[in-house]
Amino acid sequence: MPLGLYIHIPFCRSKCPYCDFYSVMPSGDTVDKYVKCVCNQLRGYDNYQFDTVYFGGGTPSVIGAENIAEILKCADITDNHEITVECNPSDCGDGGFDFEKAAKAGINRISFGLQSAVDSERKALGRRAGAQDVKNAVKRAQSDGIGNISLDLMLGIPGQNEDTLKRSVDFCFSAGVKHISAYILKIEECTYFYKAKDRLNLPDEDETADLYLKCVELTEQNGMKQYEISNFAFPGFESRHNLKYWRCEEYLGIGPAAHSFIGGKRFYYGRDLNEYLNNPQPVYDGSGGDFDEYAMLALRLTEGLQDSMAFERFGFHIPERFFEKAKKYEKNGLAEITDNSISLTAKGFLVSNAIIGDLLT
Amino acid sequence: MAVSKDKIRNFSIIAHIDHGKSTLADRLLELTKSVALRDMTEQILDDMDLERERGITIKAHAVKLDYTANDGEVYELNLIDTPGHVDFNYEVSRSLAACEGAILVVDATQGIEAQTLANTYLALDHDLEIVPVINKIDLPSAMPDEVAKEIEDVIGLDCSVAPRVSAKTGLNVEQVLERIVQDIPAPKGDDSAPLRALIFDSVYDSYRGVIVYVRIMDGKIKAGDTMKMMQTGATFTVVEVGYMRAQSMEPADELCAGEVGYITASIKTVRDANVGDTVTLATNPAPEPLPGYRSVLPMVFCGVYPADGNDYEALRDALEKLRLNDAALSFEPETSGVLGFGFRCGFLGLLHLEIIQERLEREYDLDLVTTIPSVIYKIHMTDGSVVEIDNPTHYPNPANIDYCEEPFTNAHIYSPAEYVGTIMDLCQTRRGIFKGMDYITKDRVDILYELPLNEIIYDFFDSLKSRTRGYASFDYEICDYRRSNLVKLDVLLNGDVIDALSFIIHADMAYGKARKIAEKLKENIPRQMFEIPVQVAIGGKVIARETIKAMRKDVLAKCYGGDITRKKKLLEKQKEGKKRMRSFGSVEVPQEAFMAVLKLDDNN
Repeated sequence: MPLGLYIHIPFCRSKCPYCDFYSVMPSGDTVDKYVKCVCNQLRGYDNYQFDTVYFGGGTPSVIGAENIAEILKCADITDNHEITVECNPSDCGDGGFDFEKAAKAGINRISFGLQSAVDSERKALGRRAGAQDVKNAVKRAQSDGIGNISLDLMLGIPGQNEDTLKRSVDFCFSAGVKHISAYILKIEECTYFYKAKDRLNLPDEDETADLYLKCVELTEQNGMKQYEISNFAFPGFESRHNLKYWRCEEYLGIGPAAHSFIGGKRFYYGRDLNEYLNNPQPVYDGSGGDFDEYAMLALRLTEGLQDSMAFERFGFHIPERFFEKAKKYEKNGLAEITDNSISLTAKGFLVSNAIIGDLLT
Repeated sequence: MAVSKDKIRNFSIIAHIDHGKSTLADRLLELTKSVALRDMTEQILDDMDLERERGITIKAHAVKLDYTANDGEVYELNLIDTPGHVDFNYEVSRSLAACEGAILVVDATQGIEAQTLANTYLALDHDLEIVPVINKIDLPSAMPDEVAKEIEDVIGLDCSVAPRVSAKTGLNVEQVLERIVQDIPAPKGDDSAPLRALIFDSVYDSYRGVIVYVRIMDGKIKAGDTMKMMQTGATFTVVEVGYMRAQSMEPADELCAGEVGYITASIKTVRDANVGDTVTLATNPAPEPLPGYRSVLPMVFCGVYPADGNDYEALRDALEKLRLNDAALSFEPETSGVLGFGFRCGFLGLLHLEIIQERLEREYDLDLVTTIPSVIYKIHMTDGSVVEIDNPTHYPNPANIDYCEEPFTNAHIYSPAEYVGTIMDLCQTRRGIFKGMDYITKDRVDILYELPLNEIIYDFFDSLKSRTRGYASFDYEICDYRRSNLVKLDVLLNGDVIDALSFIIHADMAYGKARKIAEKLKENIPRQMFEIPVQVAIGGKVIARETIKAMRKDVLAKCYGGDITRKKKLLEKQKEGKKRMRSFGSVEVPQEAFMAVLKLDDNN
């Protein structure tokens, strides 16, 4: 079975005030060194074949299409693949990221960070490009042959309301993208937003929940389907790579702060670029893939926890207590139960931590 | 060696809290070389950490000092320390009964305070010779002349020869020793009469059992004698007698009339050696015990629960150990639907409660939840019977109640005159009945109120202090039970009564309190998966209601770079968080929510 491959590109030209993902400023020859290091590592995994590749970050577009093509050459990738690159629209203006070259290297999916189509909200998030720049970047990718495009939206942005959210969602559809990821802003410690949270005019719990439900409603009105807590797609355009995470399938993660799940074991590389460049040592993170973990992940999907799939994998049925506990959530419109599946509704996804935590105890 | 009776002086030091009693005692120890200077820690008589920190003396202690007076003679001075607080009034009274005189310490910057007077009157009741001492004269704000006049005016003591000292610096403290020798009479008593010894304190020692502190009034006692407690009738064989030194016990052949000392006799708990009881000899018993014995009764009750149910046994052990040393502490097991297994504890008063709670937490490292303190209510039933309850859970069905009675106190508040308004305002809101006001001096007043005990047991003193910037002092005694329009308030979460939050309150205060409780709970209980009605009710009638809305969202983080472990840890953390909550039916209530309601006072 081919694996998923995640490659972390830990470079950003600037740090967004809400983001705690691992990245550093690209300087000197670190990019070249990094690409070489990733290539070397990949060659060590030549016994694996990959059918999905995901360049995440950081900002993968910072290192350019050539470098990405270089990395892809070092991995054994199936013909029927999905290769996604996360791009920052501000790297993708005319003369910027070379989509044509990227398409030639096999890249067939681009994920842009839009966050919001409303420039005042983009500014609050510290995004450099304007909404128009995003539109242009999407057009360039499409005209260079990459039609499967995803836009990231953010919910719960300072000052956001249902009207501005609608403008952002409409923007996605008028740009002709196939996929939307919509994440609720989470204030992480160690970010600027954490320090400033009392001054940010953040929507409260109820407003944020309403924004989320509105987002589900608007994407469906436009023909997309929600398939995961934060992901929406036209049928057939679901992210194959990300589905591997939710379905508890195997993947290899390369780069600092990248996580892997292979052979029942989870491991990762530390959040330190220099250490990674000098001596990349995976850190063992315990075993993975047991039923609880499988259920925790499956319940993030609209398809939910399906008995037939669970039985095929584990050789036993979903324990009855799951169904018993799920009943009270079904009564409150937070879950749906069929004879052989439990799934959460959009309202249920909003409180999925509590529900999943309860079902698993 | 026993000295002749006319060289013995038995005395106490009485003072308001913080007026420097313990510091003065330290100086007396130093001056009589009872303690080597290098061993002096501040306030050596207060040997519990808590006492030293709070600057109060919780239990009486005694120490024998040898003093060579100006007349060249060596005197045996027995200093019997007394607790300063009203909760321990009875113990003060027993300590005073063991003395012929008392040093009255008054702070030269503060003047006479509530406890100064209360304890002075107690001392006068025991016909003690009182030696006034004006302390803290080293402070810039000291007004020794004014304070001397105040003492003369208010108490009627001659202050012309009163030592003016600084216990802190040691200035003039030797004058105090001279006055003790000259002014306090030597003890009387007949060595050949049957033994009568007053127990003024007892402490539990894990090696020797209870150490009984006594003042011998008549007769003698020595090791090997069979001693008898006149109240309980219990007999013990005396193992050792001796004197208390500052840092050790000094065994003696015998204790004679007039002396102060200790007895050990393998006594198992302090309950067998009650403060106030009279010790005599089984072979030649005294016909009459010494007067004034009464058993101490707890006045204030509350539930004490371990925050972690697994600590129940540890809490029981700790309470048992404390009780070995504290005859006034009572406890019995109780259960609460919310808090699980715990104990209903009885205390002399609020300070006593706080001290026990702090000792449990500090010395025994327990994390506790205590319920709202209650007093003893007398419930007169329609069938003519009377039920006494100290736990709101046992409040009978109101339909069967004819009427209720609650304990009232006579309360004295001493304060600078400028705070009279705010003090009266406070007492009015606590259902106080104004009885009068005396000007002690032109700018200090003694305000007398009758206050229901249940209005002062919780936060009255704190409120008084904050309203008067700490200047007012307060003293009370229980006077009687009075008919009162009481109701029981129940708190319901999701329709279920939370027994630990029920309490009894005057009907006039019920609505306001109910609203505040509902609000506090709404603020402090996190939103949960389902909507939770919060209701406060009298009987079946809901008088306040709030709703905790259902939780709309929890943390939805992007599952970044396939980091499943982080997701798992988040769920684990959430489960941990739940453990810190008390689950009641389907409602999870965090500890803080209880505390917020229990701590509800005027200001919030």
